Amino acid sequence: MEAMSWSLDFVLALALVWLAWRTLVSNELFKAVVLFIGFGLLLTLAWVRLHAPDVALAEASISAGLTGVLLLKAWRRLRTPAERDEHLDYE
Amino acid sequence: MSIWIMNEAAPRQLRFLLALLATLTSLGLAFALLSLPIGTSELADRVVTQMPESGVDHPVTAVLLNFRSYDTMLEIGVLFLAVVGVWSFGPVSLDPATLTPTGPVLGTASSVLQPMVFLVAGYLLWVGAAAPGGAFQAGAIIAAGGVLAILTKWQPSANLRIWVEGGLALGLLAFVGMATATLLHSGVLLTLAPEIASSTILMIEIAATVSIGLALPALYLGGSPANWTHREQK
Amino acid sequence: MQAPQLYVLAGAALVGLGLYGLFAYRHLLRQIIALNIMSGGVFLVLIASASSGSVAAVDPIPRAMVLTGVVVAVSATALALALAVRLRRVTGVSCLSIRDEEDAQ
Repeated sequence: MEAMSWSLDFVLALALVWLAWRTLVSNELFKAVVLFIGFGLLLTLAWVRLHAPDVALAEASISAGLTGVLLLKAWRRLRTPAERDEHLDYE
Repeated sequence: MSIWIMNEAAPRQLRFLLALLATLTSLGLAFALLSLPIGTSELADRVVTQMPESGVDHPVTAVLLNFRSYDTMLEIGVLFLAVVGVWSFGPVSLDPATLTPTGPVLGTASSVLQPMVFLVAGYLLWVGAAAPGGAFQAGAIIAAGGVLAILTKWQPSANLRIWVEGGLALGLLAFVGMATATLLHSGVLLTLAPEIASSTILMIEIAATVSIGLALPALYLGGSPANWTHREQK
Repeated sequence: MQAPQLYVLAGAALVGLGLYGLFAYRHLLRQIIALNIMSGGVFLVLIASASSGSVAAVDPIPRAMVLTGVVVAVSATALALALAVRLRRVTGVSCLSIRDEEDAQ
């Protein structure tokens, strides 16, 4: 149905922009990273809607998955000294 | 704006100016793009007419590994450079005593998923010639398996060092080698004759998959394992 | 409007949001996340502006370019994160300018 697929695209595009905005203005860094991973998954859905399944595969695994994991690891190492992260200091 | 709890943001006047700049950029971009005509370009038609000579059946794979293989070669080079840059900060200790222990769920899931990683990656690599798939997707699946291995505190022995470092360089070396061969053979960089195109593309894809599958977990690890460089002489 | 034009608008909005996040925050992790959002917007704009809405005629060239772009983006993000962690370990702050030290904590 034409109207239903159009409304799906509308909701998806709106959710993409909304989630990106919430990612940027979240007050905790951990929340920002997790929301960014969710944003990557929504972007994967957008690629599927735009008939680009190979880009969707790459986006889900590399951009949402690997970038998210890299961000989480960097978040752990960038925490303030008030939080316990001495066991992560390799030297 | 008071509902935004931005304790790390710029002062109020600067924020307003930045929001104005961002809005103007978005509007300008949207206006410029929406005034473009929608429809296929003549470049896409050229791809369709040249497809029988490319050696594969899928247009995206043909563009990536035959028509625009120069971009793909540079991309593998960028990935390799990123690994060199990240690993240049020194070795990373994988001592099990200093890392948080692996829970039972992660361990069981890893032992079930690791064999499937190679199965799915091999399928994606093979089917990339005719359907969506190819080297990058297969390499990303292998990278997921590699990251899972790192998360379950896998200890790579020093014997693996030459294989891993060789595999990291393999993609770029294979691509540059093929580019040099085509340059010497026909005088034009990266042109593939139709009869050797499909086998050459498959070999380059295999090398690129190995390279991507090793480079992405290497980026996650953040350095060469400490037992590779410090305790080599046993 | 047709479906692909919706995604063009969304992509343009993402570029603007990423630009805003890049300049409004001082913490390096937030800037890197903003850069990734911006690159996602650029990819969306690339593919959506070449898509005609029907299944038949999909342009393969922007898809190949975006595939390349995704891998390049993750490489640059990994290097940027490694540099940020290193900067933190060497100087003790998570931002680029000493003057903004208290903003980033």
